[in-house]
Amino acid sequence: MNGLDAAFSALADPTRRAILARLAKGEATVMELAKPFEMTQPAISQHLKVLEEAGLVIRRVEGTKRPRRLAKTGIEAMDQWLAMLRKALQKNYDRLDEVLAAMEPNKKGETR
Amino acid sequence: MSKLTMKTEGDTHLVVTRRFAAPPEAVYRAHSDPKIIQKWLLGPEGWTMPVCINEARPGGKFRYEWTNEKGVGFHVTGEYLELEPHSRIVHVERMYLPDPTPDNHVETRFDVDGKGTLMTMRMTLPDAQTRAAMLATGMERGMEASYVRLEGMI
Repeated sequence: MNGLDAAFSALADPTRRAILARLAKGEATVMELAKPFEMTQPAISQHLKVLEEAGLVIRRVEGTKRPRRLAKTGIEAMDQWLAMLRKALQKNYDRLDEVLAAMEPNKKGETR
Repeated sequence: MSKLTMKTEGDTHLVVTRRFAAPPEAVYRAHSDPKIIQKWLLGPEGWTMPVCINEARPGGKFRYEWTNEKGVGFHVTGEYLELEPHSRIVHVERMYLPDPTPDNHVETRFDVDGKGTLMTMRMTLPDAQTRAAMLATGMERGMEASYVRLEGMI
């Protein structure tokens, strides 16, 4: 799996999306992250591992704590990819606008 | 007026909307006539569609092949399930990269919107994993670069 595949696969899970949404508000420890999810800390750690391997989350060492935060580069790479894809689709429809504008005048005479 | 919207729905859907100045008859035709499709369904600058086969009837098949100036290419095949001129098209498609992706079930509606058309394309993927993979491999979907908005968008 390349980086983007891993990133999007990681996002296919609702708990992992919720974790990212929580981390978007700032750094958090595993214990803090586990609280709203009715999940055990090992279960949350497992999700964090997937997010870390996908390059979306990084950890910091602070004494015995390992607070997690969003990995800016990973998230930005995904954003850029989506922006590019979105641009391709927009380009299609901008082209279609022109094609439709050209069809308009002789529309009545043509049948299919 | 032409702003594209795109959002996920549930775990397996993806919905794209776009407004056009032309009436539904014309937009429908532009989605079902291969000679017209070949002019616009090209993706980024630099790509062309040398092969555009399209049998726009229930049960009819289509095949689109794209290539760029470097000779890189890929193709999509699909079948039409339902066609209601000029308001609705239902089809399934898959992309070959080169292995086929799981079937994407697509319903495209063309609704009257003033003098123009509101197009709504609703894609249904077999599962959340496939939708994620599709986002990562090339079907279009967009998202603003806001971390907080990640939730619910993918």
